Amino acid sequence: MATATVPSVERENYLNKHYGVESWLLTTDHKRIALLYLISITFFFFIGGFFALLIRLELLTPASDLVQADTYNKLFTMHGQVMVFFFLIPSIPAVLGNFLIPLMIGAKDLAFPRVNLLSWYLYIIGGIMMVHCMLTGGVDTGWTFYTPFSTAFSNTKVIEAGLAIFVAGFSSILTGLNFVVTIHRMRAPGLTWSRLPLFVWAHYATSIIQILGTPVVAITLVLVVAERSLHLGIFDPKLGGDPLLFQHLFWFYSHPAVYIMILPSMGVVTEIIACFSRKRIFGYSFVALSSIAIAVFGFLVWAHHMFVAGISVYAALIFSLLSYSVAVPSAVKVFNWTATLYKGSIRYDAPMLYAFGFLGLFTMGGLTGLFLAALGVDVHVTDTYFVIAHFHYIMVGGALMGYLGGMHFWWPKISGKLYPEGWARLAALIVFIGFNLTFFPQFILGYLGMPRRYADYSHMPEFQILNVFSTAGSTVLGVGYLLPMIYFLWSMRYGKPAPDNPWNAAGLEWKTPSPPTTYNFEEEPVVTWEAYNYDEIDKGHKEEVHVVG
Amino acid sequence: MFDNFPLWPQRASSMAGNVDALFIFLLIVSGLMTLLIFTAIIYFAARYRYRKGVPAEQIEGSIPLELSWSLIPLGVFMVIFAWGAVVYFKGRTPPRDSTEVYVVAKQWMWKLEHAEGQREINELHVPVGRDVKLIMTSQDVIHSFFVPAFRMKQDVLPGRYTVAWFHATKPGTYHLFCAEYCGTQHSGMIGSIVVMEPAQYEAWMSGGTGGPLSATGEKIFAELGCVTCHRSDTQGRGPNLQGVFGKPVQLEDGRMLTADENYVRESILDPGAKVVKGFKPVMPTFQGLVSEEQLNALVAYVKSQSQPGAGVAKANAAVTAPEGAPGKGNQVQ
Repeated sequence: MATATVPSVERENYLNKHYGVESWLLTTDHKRIALLYLISITFFFFIGGFFALLIRLELLTPASDLVQADTYNKLFTMHGQVMVFFFLIPSIPAVLGNFLIPLMIGAKDLAFPRVNLLSWYLYIIGGIMMVHCMLTGGVDTGWTFYTPFSTAFSNTKVIEAGLAIFVAGFSSILTGLNFVVTIHRMRAPGLTWSRLPLFVWAHYATSIIQILGTPVVAITLVLVVAERSLHLGIFDPKLGGDPLLFQHLFWFYSHPAVYIMILPSMGVVTEIIACFSRKRIFGYSFVALSSIAIAVFGFLVWAHHMFVAGISVYAALIFSLLSYSVAVPSAVKVFNWTATLYKGSIRYDAPMLYAFGFLGLFTMGGLTGLFLAALGVDVHVTDTYFVIAHFHYIMVGGALMGYLGGMHFWWPKISGKLYPEGWARLAALIVFIGFNLTFFPQFILGYLGMPRRYADYSHMPEFQILNVFSTAGSTVLGVGYLLPMIYFLWSMRYGKPAPDNPWNAAGLEWKTPSPPTTYNFEEEPVVTWEAYNYDEIDKGHKEEVHVVG
Repeated sequence: MFDNFPLWPQRASSMAGNVDALFIFLLIVSGLMTLLIFTAIIYFAARYRYRKGVPAEQIEGSIPLELSWSLIPLGVFMVIFAWGAVVYFKGRTPPRDSTEVYVVAKQWMWKLEHAEGQREINELHVPVGRDVKLIMTSQDVIHSFFVPAFRMKQDVLPGRYTVAWFHATKPGTYHLFCAEYCGTQHSGMIGSIVVMEPAQYEAWMSGGTGGPLSATGEKIFAELGCVTCHRSDTQGRGPNLQGVFGKPVQLEDGRMLTADENYVRESILDPGAKVVKGFKPVMPTFQGLVSEEQLNALVAYVKSQSQPGAGVAKANAAVTAPEGAPGKGNQVQ
């Protein structure tokens, strides 16, 4: 890391300008709201992670001896609901997107700062409802709420969980709306669409999905609540409903939701790869447009979750075909990132290690998606551990690697402090190894036929050894996730003060002080350079921030 | 414990080889892609690592490269798609003249009923080398009939029939799992498929039965009074059911459909939904009056009325059924 002059007296910045609980709870500063989100999603990440650890411990032995079957069912249900709706979906957009989009486009804040605060409050209300639901008995439907089990048979807190997610969904919609308007209307002079950081493109695509998809799952959950409480016949065949209708509605959102989790992560990784190989991204416009293509095609593939659910053969053919169409833009991104490394000047700082980890895990997650989209193979592997492994490679391997990479990359900007580089590299390595040890055996388990959501496999002792590997891996993974939390907290007090641009990176956010002031820029910046102009930066003639007026 | 560490599932049905072949092809394709990408990343990362005084060389991009790494994968994907579709189509199309087994799933057990009348719970005996068609429904929530050794899985839904089939190729005992989460004892909803040599199977079959399922159905058909309207001539208030099953039916509203298991089922439970052309919606519903097992028996009986030698000639059937209409009826829409 380059060491620049750091003033001995702390400058005024967004963290120290105001003090007191009120100054945080009533803030409209996008950076403070990002930190509120950071604290809240970290809380939910550790709840979800705790459930995951209990699940893995239960599966260490075939019999359901650690917890009863109904407890186990609640654990995997709430692990899924917490991780998907209260961690992964808000993770990168609500923390890094919130913090960085105004900085990256040279704006003082998001377009609707109060709406931004409102969306955090909605998230918190939803979160409190979810915690209340867990504390008063929990829910056992699986995160997928399949009917008629959820509407007529489960005797757990389905309505509470459904409404918690319903409320949190509005937080997601408002964040997306805020981003779209901000990106359209508040870019600095000269910052054309083709000069935008690809992180911003990725968030633009994500926001489209949040705005168009989330209302559908909200409606679906309301219908579940209506059928459960008022016995309206919508999904339950006994009341004249159709259980497959639920699956269509649910996956219409929940498949694109995977792209809400992975697209921002792709954006983060793009920034990191450009910076640490000191290069403009290879095929900028293809990487930008592939984000939009993923967002659009992502809406057309939902029924690939339903190939054995009882849909017609012809519907299955169409959805299989369309599923391959969404694989192409993902492949395009991977190839472009790889090509960006070519003839670069590559450093292996912790963010880059996470980006490499992302490339490895996302590639494997994406390729195993080809197996699941192949109709004949899907029949065998759907609803087994093969699916579990596949989507964890995408949503944990991919999305979470990107999130951690981004947290390291921008931590000096967010906190004004440097994290300990050695520990960070070690943590990246531990996460990568722990992740593969946990989830790779599950591909084999799935092909062997172990169904998901089984509390007890005492009649199938042949599945135990692979489960032992997986549980062992999960403890390694757990350590890997704990480490960054510890040293990030440590660095806030003991870390070295960060220079404004520790990575010598391109991008407007690095032209602000670390940490930035409340309104980000003293004067409105004018952009006269292309994105990722690392050649100019490295030649030494750093471009100046031109000042209007 | 270590002598029990399989890495590949048993292969015991005619579909298993087809699925495995595609799976292996996918392993090779994705293995090669992984190798290509990882080799490139590791090579570039090592070869172009930071060196003092050696700046990065800026490259804008390349349209030919972008096109080739979009179109070549797309071509490979289309091969995978087509292959997967062929395997799926085969797995979803039960051959004609399959032996039929009715499956009723409930929390948390499998009830299996052979067309010949044998009933089993959580265990299904089948002969090796014969096509077996499963006609499945659920009494409560969604379940899924999954036999890994057969590479076969089909969700089982309440309120309708779904169909699956297999052709066992190797005698033995294989796992039967419920693969769709169905509540507290989901992981206890397991059983086994016992594949037997034909001779053994015949011996097992002869071990006591209440007669074929269709005979049970005939009894119920008489008891419920169905026979008073569905007469075996053209004088009944309802359609003559002989020769109807598996044939196209024209409805009062002009639609055409094929008389499959789901249609017979629906006509018993919700008779007004799809009335045959030329008849009045006078039939009362039997919803709540017949159990899933009785329904299966009735369906088996109606089916038996369309098998060769099932009594009166098909020409007598009072159902308006033009010749040559499409007749594929085993797919649940």
